[in-house]
Amino acid sequence: MFDQNLTIRPAPALEEVPASAVSAPVTSCHQCKKCSSGCPLTFAMDLLPDAVIRLALLGQEMLLLGCRTIWVCSSCETCTTRCPNGIDIAGVMDRLKEEALRQGVAPPQPAVARFHRTFLETVRLGGGRLSEPLLLGLYQLKGGDTLARLKSGALLADLRLGWELARRGRLVPRLPRRLKGAPEIKKIFADAHQREEP
Amino acid sequence: MKVTYYPGCSLEGTAIDYAASIAGVAGLLGLELAELEDWNCCGASAAHSIDHALALALPARNLVLAEAAGRDVVVPCALCFNRLKAADKALKGPEKAAVGVDYQGAIKIWDLLDYLTREPDLSSLAQKVVRPLAGLKAVGYYGCLAARPPAVTDKGDYENPQNMERLLKVLGAEPIDWSYKTDCCGAGLAVPRPDLIDTLVMRLYERALKAGAECFVVSCQMCQANLDLPQQRIAAQAGRDYYLPVFYFTELIGLALGHPDVKKWLRGHLVDPLPLLARLGLI
Repeated sequence: MFDQNLTIRPAPALEEVPASAVSAPVTSCHQCKKCSSGCPLTFAMDLLPDAVIRLALLGQEMLLLGCRTIWVCSSCETCTTRCPNGIDIAGVMDRLKEEALRQGVAPPQPAVARFHRTFLETVRLGGGRLSEPLLLGLYQLKGGDTLARLKSGALLADLRLGWELARRGRLVPRLPRRLKGAPEIKKIFADAHQREEP
Repeated sequence: MKVTYYPGCSLEGTAIDYAASIAGVAGLLGLELAELEDWNCCGASAAHSIDHALALALPARNLVLAEAAGRDVVVPCALCFNRLKAADKALKGPEKAAVGVDYQGAIKIWDLLDYLTREPDLSSLAQKVVRPLAGLKAVGYYGCLAARPPAVTDKGDYENPQNMERLLKVLGAEPIDWSYKTDCCGAGLAVPRPDLIDTLVMRLYERALKAGAECFVVSCQMCQANLDLPQQRIAAQAGRDYYLPVFYFTELIGLALGHPDVKKWLRGHLVDPLPLLARLGLI
């Protein structure tokens, strides 16, 4: 499982990270483990955040792109905030998620990846603002597990919650108003799409 | 006082109760919220998780619009606030050229709670209290992204913020100190991994109860949703009998200042706060 062709340099996907405004390079890590100590989601992770940074600086990119940790990170920014060496650890998790999708690595948490993608697709379809009912509907449809969720009762629970929100006026199935800047938004998304598939 | 207001998508949808209480409270405080014209989604967690460039381009458009409007921007959603601040920083740094928009950064972006609890505004708010919230034992629960990371948010007290507690004192309530006020609720994982939210949120219920609180006070609609919507389900799973209403801080300002629509706002919640308020004689 460990890459035998060990390269003692940061994973290629992370080489751009120091260019961001807030982060030091992963090579600054001295393994104090403060990131892992404060992380609220370690119970759901396969690699602790400090191990992600260690493996990143050892160039173990494939191990990282396929790990569960990057997808169950909630981006609460506790690790980034507490890193004594200024590494944007949550930002590293983001960079790895983006790279995993770009390289077509199957995410071990497909639901999370599908949620992020559907969210952005919904904003694009809505012309620049998010319609929450459309997001939830599309997300459910794209899941392909509707029957299983129906059988387990999860779908009914969702529908019941949807009804509770709808009768309080909090889930109104309508599209966001059309923005004057719709062409501009369209271009922003078109540029993003082009970056994904060069 | 007039500021630019960036509500964000949720406040037009599932958080319209938050939006209504903000509008009501702004009226009471003489604050004119001029909604940013033609604003778009900030990209939220989805964009920064899987598309760094999009996560800058979407909020950057809002910043350019806001700068043209010429006033500071007030943001009620912790996530939107964070994304706008992150873009603001990026557009003043080495990534400016890549985003390619004309933005000088002459405006300031405010988190709504911070904006409303500045001095002397908080002291003048105190003079408008007509119904002190006596006996309301509450823990303040701050949205992660309103505070962190400080390199983005420019907050000084990011580990132990105090302004919610200061506000609650001014309103006559009893803020309770606890160590989990900035612990994460799981945010957007609520949809793809509700089981993770259950674990995180149940910890918060237990810790709030242990601290002696009877309710939460929040400034982020994502926190509100995650603490409020699944409460019954989590209680049933755990065999516990939770009753912990989750107030927006603006709803409590409205209550203490005697706004007539408070009950209407509170009806948006799933955990009905009215029995608690009635028991304390506050409604």
